[in-house]
Amino acid sequence: MAERILMKGNEAIAEAAIRAGCRHYFGYPITPQTEIAAYMAKKMPKIGGVFLQAESEIASINMVYGAAAAGMRVMTSSSSPGISLKAEGLSYIAGSDVPALVVNVQRGGPGLGGIQPSQSDYFQATKGGGHGDYRMIVLAPASVQEMASLTIKGFDLADKYCITSMILADGTIGQMMEPITFEDTEPTVYEKPWALTGTECKRPHNVVNSLYLKPDELEKKNFERFEKYAEIEKNEAMWEEYMMDDAEICVVAFGIASRIAKNAVVEARKNGIKVGLIRPITLWPFPTKALRAAADKVKSFVSVELSMGQMIEDIKLATESKRPVSLCNRTGGMIPTPDEVLSAIQKAEKGDI
Amino acid sequence: MEHKRLTLFAGHYGSGKTNIAVNYAMLLADEGKRVCIADLDIVNPYFRTKDSEEELTERGITLISPRYANSNVDLPALPAESYRPIQDHSVFGVLDIGGDDRGAYALGRFADAIKAEGNYRMAFVINRHRPLTSTVEDTVEIMREIEAAAGIRFTCIVNNSNIGSETTSETVLNSLGYAEAVSRATELPIWLHTAEKSIAEGLSGIPVLPLTLQKKYFDLPN
Repeated sequence: MAERILMKGNEAIAEAAIRAGCRHYFGYPITPQTEIAAYMAKKMPKIGGVFLQAESEIASINMVYGAAAAGMRVMTSSSSPGISLKAEGLSYIAGSDVPALVVNVQRGGPGLGGIQPSQSDYFQATKGGGHGDYRMIVLAPASVQEMASLTIKGFDLADKYCITSMILADGTIGQMMEPITFEDTEPTVYEKPWALTGTECKRPHNVVNSLYLKPDELEKKNFERFEKYAEIEKNEAMWEEYMMDDAEICVVAFGIASRIAKNAVVEARKNGIKVGLIRPITLWPFPTKALRAAADKVKSFVSVELSMGQMIEDIKLATESKRPVSLCNRTGGMIPTPDEVLSAIQKAEKGDI
Repeated sequence: MEHKRLTLFAGHYGSGKTNIAVNYAMLLADEGKRVCIADLDIVNPYFRTKDSEEELTERGITLISPRYANSNVDLPALPAESYRPIQDHSVFGVLDIGGDDRGAYALGRFADAIKAEGNYRMAFVINRHRPLTSTVEDTVEIMREIEAAAGIRFTCIVNNSNIGSETTSETVLNSLGYAEAVSRATELPIWLHTAEKSIAEGLSGIPVLPLTLQKKYFDLPN
C-alpha cells in the first residue's frame, strides 16, 4: 500500500490536482482556502507549472478560462465571496464548454459574512450563481481523503464532459488534518480536438466562444448542452448510504454535516431508533434515485445543513414530497453538535415534524 | 524534566505546535508552576489554543489569545498582553507560534527581549508524515525560513511524527531515524518526542511527552 501522509484538506486538493496533471493554478487569497494557494506557490515552480496570484478573483477566473480554452488542466480556488466574484467567468466557461476545476471552501454568508465553516453556497453551486442556463458538476467531499479523490475525479469529469467541476468544501474540511493515501496512477488524458493549440496551418481555426449572433443558434446550443447535462444526470450521481437497510428515518447530509450526522445516527441506533444516512457526494447531479427509493421505505427525512436550508429543496423535489422533511441546521459559521442532530432524529421518530 | 522560563513552539503549519504547547503548559501547571500561554498564531484562523480554554483555565493557566481568535474575522492582530509572558519574569511562558516563516514573523517583535533574558528554549516541531517536511532536506529548508523570519534560532527539536488517528508506537519508533537525521543536519539536540497518551505509554527508552489531543466532534464514529 502507498504511504499514509497527514494532510490538511486544502493541501490534499492541491497535491491531488498536481497528481491529476494540473500545471496551471490561478487564484487570489482568501480564508479559509489559503493553503491551496500556498501549496501551489511552493510546488508549481519545482515541477515546471504555473502558480499565479492574479490581481483579483475576476482576473483569475478569466485566466482559468484562457488556459482551459488552450486545453490545459487548470484550476482556481476561493471561498464564498470570492466565488461570487468569479460567477461571470463561470458562466462564460459554461457557455464555451471548456473544462475547469473550481474549488469553493465555503465560509459563512451572505455578504462578507465570516471565516468560519458553512454550506450556504449550495444554491449558488447547484443552481447557477452566474447567469444563463448552465450547470456545474458539484462534488462534496466529507474527508481529507475525498478532498484528494474528488479533485482527481473532478478533473476527469470536467475533461470528459467539457464542463466545470466544482469542489464544494467548507472551512472545517479545508483546515482539518487526516491521514490519506495517493494511488500511484497516471492521470487520464482526454483528447481535446477543440483546444486552441495553434493550427500550424494544418487545420481550420478552433473557436472558443460563448457569443452567438443568432438567437436560434444560441437556442440550439443550449438544447445540445442540456442533452449533455441529462447524460451526466443519468451516469454520474454519487452517494453513500449508511445503515439504510431497515431505516425508518433517513438523515440526508453532505460534507462536514454528514460526519456529525453519522455520529448522531450511531447514537440514535443505540437508543433503538431505526435511522440511516444518505450522503450525497455529487450535489449536482443530485442522487435523486437514492432519495426516491428511500421515500418508498422511510417515514420521514431529516436534512442536516450548515445553512438556512438549501439542499432540503432538492430532497423535496427528488422525493416528490412523498414524506415530510425536517431541517436541522446551524448557520453563520456554527456547526451542529451530534446531540442537536440526535434531537432532530428523535423528534422525527415521534412524528413531530 | 528541566524547564526554561520561556518555551517557544514553532514549525511547519500542521506540525502539531498547538497541541504540544497546550499539553506542555498543562505539564508545567501540574508541577505547580505559574503558567502563561500565549497564542501568537497570526496565520491559522481554525483549531487554536483557545479551543482548549476550559482545560487551561481549570488548571489556573493564563491564556492570552488574539481578540479575534475563533471569531468570524481573520485579523492577524496580537493583543498588547502578548508581552506578558516575555516581560513578567515571575511566570513560565509558553508561546505557540504560527506555522512556517509567515507565522514566525510575529515572533520578531519579541525576539530581542527573549534573547536578552536568555532563559528560553525554542523548539522546532517536526512531523515526517507531513508532505512538505517528509525529507530531511525540506524540513531543514522550512526551519531556516522560520529562523530568518523570527530573528531567533532554534535550540532543540520536538519530534511529533504522527499520522493522526492511525498513529501507533511503530510510527513513532520509525520516525527516530528521521528525527536524528534532522538533528545531525541542524546540530540541534532532540529535546522530546511526542505521542498521544495511550501510545506514549507503550514507548520506553526515549523521552516522550504524552499528549491529550483536542477533541473534535466531527471525528468519524469507529
